Amino acid sequence: MKSLSLTHLQALESESIHIMREVAAEFDRPVLLFSGGKDSICMLRIAEKAFRPGAFPFPLLHIDTGHNFPELIAFRDTRAAELGAKLIVRTVDDAIEKGMAHEVPGTTSRNRLQTPTLLAALEEFKFNAAMGGARRDEEKARAKERVFSFRDAFGQWEPKNQRPELWNIYNAKIHPGENMRVFPISNWTELDVWGYIAQEKLNIPKIYYSHKRRVFRSDGQWLPVSNLLSPQSESEIKELDVRVRTIGDITCTGCIESSATTVKDIIAEIAAARVTERGSRADDKVSEAAMEDRKREGYF
Amino acid sequence: MELLRLTTAGSVDDGKSTLIGRLLYDSKSIFEDQMEALERSSDITGEGQVNLANLTDGLRAEREQGITIDVAYRYFATPRRKFIIADTPGHIQYTRNMVTGASNANLAIILIDARHGVIEQTRRHAYIASLLRIPHVVICINKMDLVNFSQERYDEIRQTFEAFSTHLQIKDITCIPISALKGDNVVIRSEQTPWYQGPTLLAYLEELHISNDRNLHDPRFPVQYVIRPQTDEHHDFRGYAGQISGGIFKTGDEIVILPSNTKSKIKEIYTYDGSLDEAFAPMSVTLQLEDDIDISRGDMFASPNNLPHVNQYIDVMVCWTDEQPMQVGKKYFIKHTTKNVPCLIKDLEFKVDIKTFNRETETTSLDLNEIGRVSLMTTIPLTYDAYSRNRFTGGLIIIDPLTNKTVGSGLICEPHKETPPIEKKYDDYII
Repeated sequence: MKSLSLTHLQALESESIHIMREVAAEFDRPVLLFSGGKDSICMLRIAEKAFRPGAFPFPLLHIDTGHNFPELIAFRDTRAAELGAKLIVRTVDDAIEKGMAHEVPGTTSRNRLQTPTLLAALEEFKFNAAMGGARRDEEKARAKERVFSFRDAFGQWEPKNQRPELWNIYNAKIHPGENMRVFPISNWTELDVWGYIAQEKLNIPKIYYSHKRRVFRSDGQWLPVSNLLSPQSESEIKELDVRVRTIGDITCTGCIESSATTVKDIIAEIAAARVTERGSRADDKVSEAAMEDRKREGYF
Repeated sequence: MELLRLTTAGSVDDGKSTLIGRLLYDSKSIFEDQMEALERSSDITGEGQVNLANLTDGLRAEREQGITIDVAYRYFATPRRKFIIADTPGHIQYTRNMVTGASNANLAIILIDARHGVIEQTRRHAYIASLLRIPHVVICINKMDLVNFSQERYDEIRQTFEAFSTHLQIKDITCIPISALKGDNVVIRSEQTPWYQGPTLLAYLEELHISNDRNLHDPRFPVQYVIRPQTDEHHDFRGYAGQISGGIFKTGDEIVILPSNTKSKIKEIYTYDGSLDEAFAPMSVTLQLEDDIDISRGDMFASPNNLPHVNQYIDVMVCWTDEQPMQVGKKYFIKHTTKNVPCLIKDLEFKVDIKTFNRETETTSLDLNEIGRVSLMTTIPLTYDAYSRNRFTGGLIIIDPLTNKTVGSGLICEPHKETPPIEKKYDDYII
């Protein structure tokens, strides 16, 4: 007799497919957030599994900080084209120009400016459900967020007043002007994502693999030298074999020293890692409640 | 590697968060930056140990008030299994959060403080685990270090719990003496309990047999989404996408589509990775049928010789989760499998006094965190099984039509005519 059990990746995948189909069935204007990062790459494979041989019943949206790794943008465009998906890009620069977002003097990271840009894009296209690749293992505030996360007319999250979520039934009802953030891979961990990339043989941007890069030390991490950010003196710059573990704004994404050149190497490296993924993101280090505060404002 | 979902319940001082922290810490699932953040948060216990509870209490208000506000999900893996923990708070809003955490769990950990023994809260948690049909329950008798690892005390608590649990519908109960703070019998076997021959908590979690927790007997497939590409390549493709909620479906199987009661055969089980000969719960697949029939979201496929109930009048055990009480005569929405249906609350037969388990029949409203048996009428028939038979075709949520909030969760009872004669005293409050 054949085994009637699923591996953990099959079980997680089935749950995620179910969630995406639920979004497509319940909302008239859904959208999937795609950055070109590893989590959203998995999301696109799940979308293929959920809707093929049909087309995706939603476009892809990228909120571009304008401070990205160039490799990521190229990858994003190629992947969307391969899948025949419609890709919408809205930039933080546009939002600043239109006065919807303001740069805080003295800060370089634009992660926080993604929030008004995202909210404006949702409104512009009247998207009422936005799917993102956030995972609950990333951070303590995320660990308490529902799969279908209700946002009021201001895009705000209210952690104390979340809808109970039972079995595989999701309450998708909202009023006009409100919206839902949906996290199909909520229950995946960083290792699950890499396990899935290996299993599905998914292409990922080269910066996830070990490469030579000019970096400098800042607040305990190696930050990439770019035209936006460089140390005060040239002598602080080192050229190292590094890779990125999570990708955000280029000004706050720490690189880790690594010789991992394959997905298998990366899995071995993460399995042995003693620091969390978000430990390499300067934006989360601001305070213990940094993510909670950003989410309340409407951040993913 | 298999996935095991578990939920933890305990009252504020039972050491629940400490236990989870201990599981994560001793299984090496805590990272250096998390340890640093803990140390930074300056919560050092009297004995110079990091407060492991702070690993799980994530929101600012929780740290300030020292309580857990909402269900928190934690993940860890050993070489044998991957675990998802739904950590639910034990205070006022326990029911609402505990049902959320319990709904998908294979297993519940209920913590008992060895100094206090079985208290009212233990009974409530056990009752909810029973109501939600969690297949396995582990009673962790915690803080054994504070009762000198006394076997006598352990046996006494175990016997009290077992006597009480004969009134519940829990299939599998295991007791383990532990100290979450010191780590005894959590991951590492304690030298202080030579009288205890059973497994450590982690060993138990790794070895538990869970594949029978699903219903693999009654084929059930709620249609979730219809895939019709209408492209040149796939112009005839008409696939019914969904997640199997019970049993096994095979290519060539005869099926009944409910509620219309039409019949067809499975032509192909389509997946992105190729066609399958058979698929089983909880797989997400796309079924193609031999016949062209009008089928839409909310319909259910079943086997002709194994049919679910189809009815507009249903009895449901309801856990109310809203500040506004449930009112008899009021209209709500329900969501059941993939169907959204308006319903009317016809009657509140009784509510369960969760302290004494007595029924209160003289009542017309159900308050926040109360549980009662409710008669509903839906505008169109539901296709369902009793919750005790299948969690996914027997569970529903109740939605307020004005606020859109999820105001209750419901566990559907066997229809009256099929209810076996009541013998035991406690059977009538358990569905």
